[in-house]
Amino acid sequence: MSRALREALVGWRRAPLLGALGIATIAFSLFSVGLFGLVATNIRRALVEVEERVEIRAFVRDSADDALVMADASSLQRLPEVATVTYVSPREALDRARSELGEFRDVFDAAVLPASLEIRLREGRRDVASVEKVAAAVREAPSIEEVRYGEEWVRKLARIRSVAAVTGLALGLAFALAAAIIVSATIRMAVLARAKEIQIMRLVGATDGFVRLPFLVDGTLKGLAGGLLALVLTWAAHGLVSRYVVRTTFFPVSTAALGVLAGAVLGLLASALSVGRQLRRVGADRRRWQ
Amino acid sequence: MLRYYNVVKEYPRTGVALHAVSFELQKGEFAFLTGPSGSGKSSLLKLAYAEERPTQGEVRVAGHSVSTARGKEVALLRRKLGVVFQDFRLLPDRSAEQNVAFALEVTGVPAATIRDRVARALAQVGLAAKGTSHPHELSGGEQQRVAIARAIVNRPLLLLADEPTGNLDDRAARGVFQLLREINASGTAVLMATHNLELVRRSDLRVLEMLRGRLVHDSAAAGASTPAADAVAAALGEVRRRETPDDAGGAP
Repeated sequence: MSRALREALVGWRRAPLLGALGIATIAFSLFSVGLFGLVATNIRRALVEVEERVEIRAFVRDSADDALVMADASSLQRLPEVATVTYVSPREALDRARSELGEFRDVFDAAVLPASLEIRLREGRRDVASVEKVAAAVREAPSIEEVRYGEEWVRKLARIRSVAAVTGLALGLAFALAAAIIVSATIRMAVLARAKEIQIMRLVGATDGFVRLPFLVDGTLKGLAGGLLALVLTWAAHGLVSRYVVRTTFFPVSTAALGVLAGAVLGLLASALSVGRQLRRVGADRRRWQ
Repeated sequence: MLRYYNVVKEYPRTGVALHAVSFELQKGEFAFLTGPSGSGKSSLLKLAYAEERPTQGEVRVAGHSVSTARGKEVALLRRKLGVVFQDFRLLPDRSAEQNVAFALEVTGVPAATIRDRVARALAQVGLAAKGTSHPHELSGGEQQRVAIARAIVNRPLLLLADEPTGNLDDRAARGVFQLLREINASGTAVLMATHNLELVRRSDLRVLEMLRGRLVHDSAAAGASTPAADAVAAALGEVRRRETPDDAGGAP
């Protein structure tokens, strides 16, 4: 292994420009994936924030006594989709309405608003089906007179989320595929540049494993270096956008580490493919030598 | 040492390159392989260093069957051989020493002994003083000597030389041939493909003559007479005048 590492480093020293170009190419192709990931992450985060506002409001009958309301509230709380059930008394409802309406607060001076239950759903359970299921359950509750949950708004949000998910997946795959192709071509160039060496190694009796290992190390190191550089570039882009355009969130550490690791794995796989193909192709064909 | 038995080699695109070739090269023997371009000399040599596998028949090299050798066995087989080409095949970015050492490094020879063995191999080919020179700083004859040093540094049982004098002037060619004779004298069998009929004519060594993929003459089998070699040389000379002089693009 130490020989393979030494060989890889010697290869970089012999052709530093090719090595640097390889790393830069890998870095920029992974950077494009990183930028896309950054956009996707922030869109998803924005959608989650909007989804958090999804709530079901159940207005309590005037005739319902407190015990019945509390019993309904606790049975609703037991539904798997439900995160919290909050009782809002007529007094609290009035205070809230006044504070929300500001200069029109006088309208409510003499009004009496009904008590209600505010039901918030768990993350991942804010889709249309779940909201409707919980709303139906709320309607069945004996103390509840009316249920509102902004049906149209929930449906629109679901549509936006679906479009974002499909678009994100398609674009993400396209970016990742483009990066994989570029990384693979870059590594292949490096392998081709050393085709003569491979040919002679085999001719003098090197095993395929012996020939292959330095290339695998080389590809992995280039992928790793390219991945780290891409991470730095993405971080810098995030910093600039956050400072001058709009505040954004960066990836969690685990995702960033996974991205760098993906670079290394991509380099390793591309090397394995390229050197494998080269080992099958090269021989002592003198037309390829000249 | 090297045995071809009823060997047929057929390429998918260009057809049959070798037709039922049979011969044997003994330990420590020297033989020329002659014939016009496209007669199958290179195909025959490629089978010996397991670059190709026979379509039919059997090729045995130093105890290995080329037909069945796979993976590591091919590498082990090649470690018992040295191969030299017309175009030298040296790595241009490495010195003569590094080119020779390369053959030892990739076969896992301990680093401590490499320097000494490289120096001895370069001395054997008369290039002790040129170890640090790069290929572009050497003449054609010297480059071929480096290639020969690389081929013999592993102390092979058999040296395969595919037109080793093809790119050299007469003087350099004679020097390389003399070197191959010396290597042969130290016990290494040599099979040398050549178009250089002067070399063939001047020596009384075994001649294997190929024509259109067939072994049409084996001077050992025919009694190893010099007149026979002369006749072969004369016939080849005639064929050469009608065909391209370089075998480089001939056999696939």
